[in-house]
Amino acid sequence: MESSGWQLFLDSFWPIVWGGISGTIPLALASFAIGLVLALGVALARLSKNRVLSGAARFFISVIRGTPLLVQLFVIFYGLPAVGLVIDPWPSAIIAFSLNVGGYGAEIIRAAILSVPKGQWEAGYTIGMSSGTTLRRIILPQAARVSVPPLSNTFISLVKDTSLASLILVTELFRVSQQIAAFSQEFMLLYLEAALIYWLFCLVLSSGQSVIERRLDRYVAV
Amino acid sequence: MSPSEQNPQEQNPLERNPSEQNPSEQNPQGGADAGGRPGAGDPLAPRSTPDDAVLLTARGIRKSFGDNEVLRSIDLEVRRGEVVVLMGPSGSGKTTVLRSLNGLETPDGGILSFDGGPELDFGGRITKQGRFAMRDRSAMVFQQHNLFPHMTVLENVIEGPVRVQQVPRAQAIAAAEALLDRVGLAEKRDAYPFALSGGQQQRVGIVRALALKPDLLLFDEPTSALDPELVGEVLKVIKELADEGWTMVIVTHELGFARQVADEVLFMDGGVVVERGAPERIFTNPREARTRRFLDRILRPLD
Repeated sequence: MESSGWQLFLDSFWPIVWGGISGTIPLALASFAIGLVLALGVALARLSKNRVLSGAARFFISVIRGTPLLVQLFVIFYGLPAVGLVIDPWPSAIIAFSLNVGGYGAEIIRAAILSVPKGQWEAGYTIGMSSGTTLRRIILPQAARVSVPPLSNTFISLVKDTSLASLILVTELFRVSQQIAAFSQEFMLLYLEAALIYWLFCLVLSSGQSVIERRLDRYVAV
Repeated sequence: MSPSEQNPQEQNPLERNPSEQNPSEQNPQGGADAGGRPGAGDPLAPRSTPDDAVLLTARGIRKSFGDNEVLRSIDLEVRRGEVVVLMGPSGSGKTTVLRSLNGLETPDGGILSFDGGPELDFGGRITKQGRFAMRDRSAMVFQQHNLFPHMTVLENVIEGPVRVQQVPRAQAIAAAEALLDRVGLAEKRDAYPFALSGGQQQRVGIVRALALKPDLLLFDEPTSALDPELVGEVLKVIKELADEGWTMVIVTHELGFARQVADEVLFMDGGVVVERGAPERIFTNPREARTRRFLDRILRPLD
């Protein structure tokens, strides 16, 4: 049993890692990329003087943060077909996770934009820039530095949350380990192995975060 | 104080484009700046107006923040090459006047015009174009320098010319290097602002404004945030610019400096101009009691 357990661990290691590389990571990357764009849009809408826009943004953030991700995922994948809208597992997962990043990321980006001193906007205006150019050239680069740690948090959470996609039949890291566990009946071993591999992935991502932070810190005294 | 008294040196980067010279020579990027910059082809270009002509007229400028009436009715006229100093106690509205001239504040009423150009009537609706046209004429030097922390000194200086005025990058860099050299900061071109002293940061702030070649330089208490020993180096640069004929409006509490550079001093209190005149007269023989009290408080704070 000892050796066959170790053998099962080794034999299943690569299939589970592959589930991560082919499922978890692309799912997380695609959702994060789309979610960030959405988050920036929602953050700007939330900061807008237009009450309809900022109200809509506030409502969106409230719904996303106030409902469980698993429920959102089920509404999209199992719920929408009831009203005639059938979406495949992968697109369903990407939609749900993007919306989720959009909601949480929006508040992070909004706070980061607000953390840039008002004088920076004025300096942009006084050299003749429009507010759009000032936002792009002056404000967002500074906001980016502030938002990297909390956005990295969001990303790492997202990587782990993608395990929920196993419940709508997306073949990713956790689903692979579930299948092997069901087949081998070694639940403890396989689920601990899955946990270990998630952890390894997140270690790599954290070091990526440090690299980005160091790069963005080059213009501040540390 | 007018540029004609000076001997304009060729290629002097601190020299604002002297009006008597061929504007197309002075403004080689003229063809590219179709974006509304006062440039070579613009019939209203400031460079073609006579020297002592009125550059800026402000009439009846009013501004309230909520119930707080900050500016009651301000009239101001700035001639080309003139240095106007705004003084007054805090809350007197002097900074708000300055910010209104740069479009950072939108007055509730009153009229602004540059060079006898079209009037901007704040009683009506101000278009984006109007605001940009006004901003194009002036550049602000802030109390807290407001340099862009994520850009090097050089990038700070060329950002406006390259991004807004469409000046070719190489040309903007050459101009920026010359300007930095003039204020003694040539070797700091690749430094980030955090690595500079307060006085150096403020000199970069001045160079950033100069690089835009504005008609009017606005200084909002440029030395108030500096350590006392750094004030001199910044005032020296401003004094040189004044001597070279730049038109400026300066908000400052430095009385000795104001006396040296100002052609006209406006003393403000409670949102109105209480008294205006030549610096010698204002400082030695103020007519208004409020001016006297203010000067007394500055000169003899312990009495």
